[in-house]
Amino acid sequence: MKQIAIVAFHQSRAVADAGACNEVEMIMPVLSEVYQQVGINNAQDVDFVCSGSCDYLQGAAFAFVAGVDALGAVPPIKESHVEMDAAWAVYESILKIRMGHADSALIYGFGKSSPGELPIVLSQQLDPYYLAPQWVDTISLAALQARLMLEQGKLTERDMAEVVSRSRRNALNNPNAQLAGDISAEDVLADEMYLSPLRKADCCPVSDGASAMIICTVEKAQQWGVPFALITGIDHRIETHNLGMRDLTDSVSTRLAAEGAGVADGSVDVAELYAPFSHQEIILARALGLDEGTSVNPSGGVLAGNLMMASGLSRIGEVFQRIVSGEAQRGVAHATSGPCLQHNLVTVVEKA
Amino acid sequence: MANLAAVVGIGQTKYTTKRGDVSIAGLVREAAQNALDDAGLNWNDIDAVILGKAPDMFEGVIMPEIYLTDALGCNGKPMLRVHTAGSVGGSTAIVAASHIQSGTFRRVLTVAFEKQSESNAMWALSSPQPFSTHLNAGAGGYFAPIIREYIRRSNAPRDVGIKVAVKDRLHGARNPLAHLQRPDITMKEVEESFMLWDPIRFLESCPSSDGACAMVIACEELAEQGPKAPAWIRGVAMRSEPTMYAGREEVSPQAGKDCAADVYKQAGISDPRKDLDCAEVYVPFSWYEPMWLENLGFAPEGEGWKLTMDGATSLDEGGDIPWNPSGGVLSSNPIGASGMIRFAEAARQVRGDAGDHQVEGARLALGHAYGGGAQFFAMWVVGAEKA
Repeated sequence: MKQIAIVAFHQSRAVADAGACNEVEMIMPVLSEVYQQVGINNAQDVDFVCSGSCDYLQGAAFAFVAGVDALGAVPPIKESHVEMDAAWAVYESILKIRMGHADSALIYGFGKSSPGELPIVLSQQLDPYYLAPQWVDTISLAALQARLMLEQGKLTERDMAEVVSRSRRNALNNPNAQLAGDISAEDVLADEMYLSPLRKADCCPVSDGASAMIICTVEKAQQWGVPFALITGIDHRIETHNLGMRDLTDSVSTRLAAEGAGVADGSVDVAELYAPFSHQEIILARALGLDEGTSVNPSGGVLAGNLMMASGLSRIGEVFQRIVSGEAQRGVAHATSGPCLQHNLVTVVEKA
Repeated sequence: MANLAAVVGIGQTKYTTKRGDVSIAGLVREAAQNALDDAGLNWNDIDAVILGKAPDMFEGVIMPEIYLTDALGCNGKPMLRVHTAGSVGGSTAIVAASHIQSGTFRRVLTVAFEKQSESNAMWALSSPQPFSTHLNAGAGGYFAPIIREYIRRSNAPRDVGIKVAVKDRLHGARNPLAHLQRPDITMKEVEESFMLWDPIRFLESCPSSDGACAMVIACEELAEQGPKAPAWIRGVAMRSEPTMYAGREEVSPQAGKDCAADVYKQAGISDPRKDLDCAEVYVPFSWYEPMWLENLGFAPEGEGWKLTMDGATSLDEGGDIPWNPSGGVLSSNPIGASGMIRFAEAARQVRGDAGDHQVEGARLALGHAYGGGAQFFAMWVVGAEKA
C-alpha cells in the first residue's frame, strides 16, 4: 500500500471567544500557513480537499459550504466533507491517495463553539427518542464515567489532578494553548468540585479555532522538497451508543484501533491523546498500552484548548511536528467522537 | 490505479410521507437489512459502514452515526459520516467505494437516509446567520430565478417542465418503492397545480419523503462470488465550487461539467447519449432535466429541452436515453438519501434487476447528485462489465 507523508500542519491559537471572526476568517490564516510550508498558492495546487466541521456549532445547516469560500475553488476542485472531527477527513483523504485518485490532499477542521452552550448542544448527539429529550450534557456523562473509575479503584482524584497539572505545565511551551500555568496537583485538588467528581480543571475549555494539514505521497513530498513524516498506520472503531452496554472504564474501540494501526509494533516516543476530561487520558493511555517511556500530550492536549472538529487533526499535527523537529522518532495520535470516548481513531506517525 | 469494486447488494425502504411505524434507527436498519439480503450476506460479512445524510438540523440529531452504530451493526468497526449537502447520497457512495478501491477493505456497507417527517427542512435551511443576508427562500426559491434564466436563454417552450413532471411520475408508477404513485397524472393537471416559485408549480416539485437506501460494495474477488450480477464501478468523480463568485455560471455550473468530463473519461465514454443506456439524475424541480441534459453533455447548449419534448428521456415513449426510470427525485425525495438512490438505481439497471422500470438491455448507466446552490456534484458510472 502507498506510503502517506505529512508535509505541513498549522493550528490557530485556541481562544475562548473569537468574537466577530467568522468561520472563513478562522480558516484562511491556517490555510495560508500550510500553503507557505510547502510553497503552494491555494487549494488548486493540491489534488483533493477534505474538511471536518459540525453545523450545530455554527447554528446553521451547511457550515462547511462557507468553508469552501476560503479555498479559492475557482476553477472547481475535488472536495469532500465529513460531519466529524477532521482527523476522519485525514482518513478519507488517505483512501483517496491510496486508490490513485490524488497525490496530495489538504485537510482542515474548524469550530466556533463559543456562541452556544457546548455541553448542552452536544447532548443532542444522544438517542433522539430516549436520551436527547433529557438534555444530558457531555460533562455529566463524563462525570459518570470518572465516578465509575473511582469506585472501581481504577484511579484516584490525585491521578486526575496530575494529568491536569502536567497539561498546564506542558502548555507553557505551546503558544497556541488557551490554558497554561505552573500549577501542581495540590493546586488542582484545592479547587472546588464542579460536577462531582470533576473539577473545572478536569474538563477541557470551550475554544474557537481551526487547524489544517497537507498530506501526500512520498514522491510528492520529495518533489516539494520539504521535511516530512510518514503515517504508517491508521484505524478507527466505534462502540455501541448505549452507555449501559459499555464498560466505561475501558476503551475497547481504542484498543481495536490501536491494534489495527500497529501501535505496538515499535516504541512510542510521544502520544497526543484527544482526552477532553482528565480521567479519559488515563483510560486512553491504558488502552493504547503506553508506558513511562512515552511523553503524553507534550502540547498540553485538549485540556489546554479544545478546538471542536479540529482537535483530532491537531493531535496528528502535533506528533508530526515533534517528529520533523527531531524530538521524537515514532508517535501516536488519537482522536475521539461521541460521549465517553465512543468512537476513536488512532494514527501512528514515524520518522521518514 | 484503483482496485476494482462493485455493488453487490442494494436495499431500499418504501418511500412515503411519514414512516410513523419506525424510528430513525429502524428506518436505516430496514434498508441495510434489505441490502444484505440482496447480497446474500449477514452483518458479520461487513468490514466498515459509511453513512450519509443531509444536515443534522433536519432531524435534530447531531452526528447521527454515533446513535446509529447499533442499528447498523457497526460496533467494533469503522464508521464514517459524510456530509456534502444535497449531493451527499452520491458522495457517500463514492467515499464507500474508496474503502474498496484503495485496497483497504474487502466489503463495506453504505447507507443514506432522511426522515423528513421528523424534521422541518424549510426551517433548517433558513436559520438566520449573524454575518450573512437572511435568505428565507428554501431550495425552490433559490433555483427558480436560475430556471427562468435558462428559459430566457434557450427559448424553451413553457411546457417542458410540465412534460418532465408527468414523465417522471409515470416512471415512478412503475416503481413500487416510489413515494408518489400517479399512473393517471396528466399535463393539464400539472399545469393547473398552483405556482410555488414561478415557473415551478407544485406538481413540478419533489415531494418530502421518509426513506433510506443502502448498498453493499465489494472487491473484485468477492463481487464475483455473489448470488446476483454485480454492478461494476467504472468511474467516480466529485467537484465543488463556491456558492457565489464573480462571473459564476449558475445555469450550467462549471463544477458539473468538469465532474461529468472526469467520470466519462474514467468510463471510456465519449458521447454520453450514445454510450450510456440510461441515467439516474438528480432532478428535484422539473426544469432541471433539460438543464442537466446540457450540463452533462447529452445535448448541445440550449437544446436539452428538445430531448425532453421528443420523448428521448421517457421509458413510456421508447426514448433512446431514459432519464430517471425509477421516477427520480420528483417521485421520492428523502433528501440525504436521494443521491444514493440515483447511484443505486443506476446499479439496479446494469444488474438487470430494476423490475417494471428496467431499461431493456442496460449495460452502462450514470448516477448523478448535486447539492448546495448547484455547486457540489457527485457522479458515478456503473456497468455490467468490468471494463
